[in-house]
Amino acid sequence: MDTFLGIDYPTLWFLVVGALFSGYAILDGFDLGAGAWHLFFRKEESRRIALNAIGPVWDGNEVWLVIGGGALFAGFPVLYAAMFSAMYIPFMLFLAFLIFRAVSIEFRSKEPMLWWRRLWDINYCISSVMLAFLLGVVLGNILQGISIGKGYEFEGNWIEFLNPYSLLVGLTTLSLFMVHGALYLAMKTEGRLFIKITLLLKRAILFFVAAFLVTTAYTFFKVPHLSDHLNAHPILYIVPLLAFLSIANIPRLVSKRKYQLAFLFSALTMSLMLILVAIELYPMLLMSTINPAYDVTIYNAASSVKTLKIMLVFVAIGAPLVGLYTFFVYRTFWGKVKLDDTSY
Amino acid sequence: METEILARIQFAFTISFHYIYPPLSIGLGLVMVVMEGLYLKTGNRIYEQMARFWTRIFALTFGIGVATGIVMEFEFGTNWATYSRYVGDVFGSALAAEGIFAFALESGFLGIVLFGWNRVKPGFHFLATLGVWLGSMFSAVWIVIANSWQQTPAGYHIVGSGLNARAEITDFWAMVFNPSSVDRLLHVWVGAILSGAFLVLSVHSYYLLKKRYVDLSHKAFKIALVIATIFSCTQLLTGHRSSIGVSKNQPAKLAAFEGHFDSLAIADMYLFGWVDKDKQVVYGPGIPGGLSFLTSFDFHKPIKGLNYFPKEEQPSAVNAIFQFYHLMITLGILMIILSLLGSWMWWKGSLFRHKWILWLFVFAVLFPQIANQVGWYSAEMGRQPWVVYGLLRTSEAFSKAVSANQIVFSLIMFTFIYVLLFALFIYLLNNKIKHGPYDETEIEDRPLQHEIAEVIETRSQKRH
Ligand code: HDD
Ligand code: HEM
Ligand code: HEM
Repeated sequence: MDTFLGIDYPTLWFLVVGALFSGYAILDGFDLGAGAWHLFFRKEESRRIALNAIGPVWDGNEVWLVIGGGALFAGFPVLYAAMFSAMYIPFMLFLAFLIFRAVSIEFRSKEPMLWWRRLWDINYCISSVMLAFLLGVVLGNILQGISIGKGYEFEGNWIEFLNPYSLLVGLTTLSLFMVHGALYLAMKTEGRLFIKITLLLKRAILFFVAAFLVTTAYTFFKVPHLSDHLNAHPILYIVPLLAFLSIANIPRLVSKRKYQLAFLFSALTMSLMLILVAIELYPMLLMSTINPAYDVTIYNAASSVKTLKIMLVFVAIGAPLVGLYTFFVYRTFWGKVKLDDTSY
Repeated sequence: METEILARIQFAFTISFHYIYPPLSIGLGLVMVVMEGLYLKTGNRIYEQMARFWTRIFALTFGIGVATGIVMEFEFGTNWATYSRYVGDVFGSALAAEGIFAFALESGFLGIVLFGWNRVKPGFHFLATLGVWLGSMFSAVWIVIANSWQQTPAGYHIVGSGLNARAEITDFWAMVFNPSSVDRLLHVWVGAILSGAFLVLSVHSYYLLKKRYVDLSHKAFKIALVIATIFSCTQLLTGHRSSIGVSKNQPAKLAAFEGHFDSLAIADMYLFGWVDKDKQVVYGPGIPGGLSFLTSFDFHKPIKGLNYFPKEEQPSAVNAIFQFYHLMITLGILMIILSLLGSWMWWKGSLFRHKWILWLFVFAVLFPQIANQVGWYSAEMGRQPWVVYGLLRTSEAFSKAVSANQIVFSLIMFTFIYVLLFALFIYLLNNKIKHGPYDETEIEDRPLQHEIAEVIETRSQKRH
């Protein structure tokens, strides 16, 4: 098989897709997390500030999902087809919540009536929570494997996606996003709201550590195949170790009031955890619980080498551009949120 | 069979709904670029006010466009798994390119366009608006290329067979410039620009009728009228080129457009009509040999009719296709007449004196919207029974793993959400229009953009 720098093309694309979804988790992670806290803020002004903290960037963050989806479709069409048709219901719900959330952000402040704003506030909070949770549930299913059958078609029951392990991963994801979101808000706010957020942050960290420990234990005992690669190459244990250190660092930095650094570390934690996922899976993409012959791997799911090459060129040209826009936007809106006549 | 029909209904429903918004965003984007450009050039406050007003409406169409677009992207995987496996190698790359090159540009600068008025210099704001508009134009590029490849596949070969058959790219540029992509892209672009321009015309006619924002509306109306006139005439040309393309590449579709049944015969062209599929006749006023002339400049040249093709390769809903196609053309002609009439009256100086023409413009906002929808319906239904023309049948393309019940569930869910979304859209649009570009009762005391620029300038100098 063709290689580039000694790595074959499906593997390269696996890395690209991994990077895209990490980027998505880090970026949309903080705005979903911020949304999950929304109802904890009681005052109208606090809610508006929290909303405007993500106002100019959430849409750009979501683009990473669009690009990631496109990259999956283009690079691993077999996976794209199998995964989305197998987990039909969770994905449809995901899309519905995505719409509800976008609409809530856009529409909430367009009318002054109290009931109007309450309605959208509730909608916004619930859909943010559900999106984070569903992302985790899907990840849990991918980790555990699903009933893929002949021709890479799903043969299980539609409700199969709701299993204890996936629910746990869902909760862990939610809690991590909430930590991440609270850190972001801490960077963007001041005064009483800021103090409130720092208090909430402590609770979020506890929630996350608890969920993380339970999930890790469950993984070791109940989903042993996920540790195969680690056990085969013990050196790789460095990744979970680093993840653990990175998590431990967050409360330390928070107590020193270094929120920007803490935010970077929660981003790092997410990447490390996704790297761990990648290590555990590679070269598997979607394990069949029916028969190993039906496993979807990066090799049987990949597009032709030619297509992968073309798209790597796209990425090489596109990624710096995306970086540039992102830089401009974040620079323009750097600093604490101030409401003005263009705010939500 | 049931799953197939449901999956088709769902796709048609969600894409039709999505396609209400992107054309508005693309069209309004151009209008905003022109308005801001005029502001930069003249420094006249009024252009800034209208640009800001239309940016607020743009935010609304854009937001719903994004939310409904993401549904489309994933629907290929959820509902059309076999299709996704089949075309992923070719089509996926176009979709990925759309994300990287177009959506990132759009959404990246959107924040600055919407929230950056008081934060960046006018020149940079203009660039951001330009970026958002170009991004939306580019996003149409890739999606239309992907769709055109389905209509007229090129630059690929088929590997595997049966369940495992799929198309693989052999020549990327041949895929991109497949026989129909350029013509259709131009046609789609112009259709989108028209829908933006006619919305602007409609809203400002309404203000003029109500005697509100008169000076501003005169100026905005003229900007949009110039755009509408240029592009409605252009649309006739791009549409004509598409018809020529269809006659070459998809003769069965062309036959369905005009209800031309006879296997190889001179074909008429109808102004309007009714197709009786059983009797294989069209009732209505037609130009004898018109279609033959259109495709070959010869009134007597026989061309392929539906019966030329085997039964299982003919589009089935001939009358519907015929009606959609003719409605699009009729609306196109109406828009040409209306915008030329408006321009002529402007030239004569009587444009804003006649209420009836303003009322016409108020309602003409529906013309491009309907034309865009029925245009897609004729192109897509005319492509049946193929999903990928000549290669993959629609009946083979849907997800085998998804049951009819699941689709019904999601269909009900989307119907509910979209009805709600549409109601909200209309409500807020109406509110924004009622509220207007600025508050008429108070004088604006916000600083001008160039004053903001000076503040930013001095601030950054101080920092250095
Ligand atoms: C890139 C691909 C693509 C693009 C840009 C469009 N479509 Fe399409 N369309 C499809 C890809 C497709 C498809 C996946 O190929 C479908 C699903 C089932 C089918 O037969 O074709 C389809 C079906 C389909 C149908 C059902 C036709 C039938 O089943 O008889 C309608 C009415 C439309 N589309 C309408 C639209 C509209 C209004 C579009 C405007 C944006 C549009 N399509 C863009
Ligand atoms: C099946 C067809 C289609 C799919 C899968 C699709 C997919 C998408 C997706 C995923 C988005 C959201 C992207 C974001 O986050 O910015 C989107 C928005 C958009 N789409 Fe579509 N789309 C389809 C049809 C079309 C067509 C035919 C056009 C153009 C003629 C178009 C133009 C746009 C534009 C301009 C946007 C940006 C949002 C807006 O301006 O309202 N789309 N689309
Ligand atoms: C004025 C005369 C017009 C002619 C002769 C014409 C012709 C055509 C033809 C032949 C197609 C099918 C192309 C294909 O299947 O490959 C088409 C599609 C379409 N038309 Fe038109 N059209 C006209 C006006 C309009 C107008 C005014 C609009 C919208 C404002 C419009 C919007 C569309 C759209 C959105 C499609 C589907 C996309 C595509 O296939 O290009 N058309 N048109």
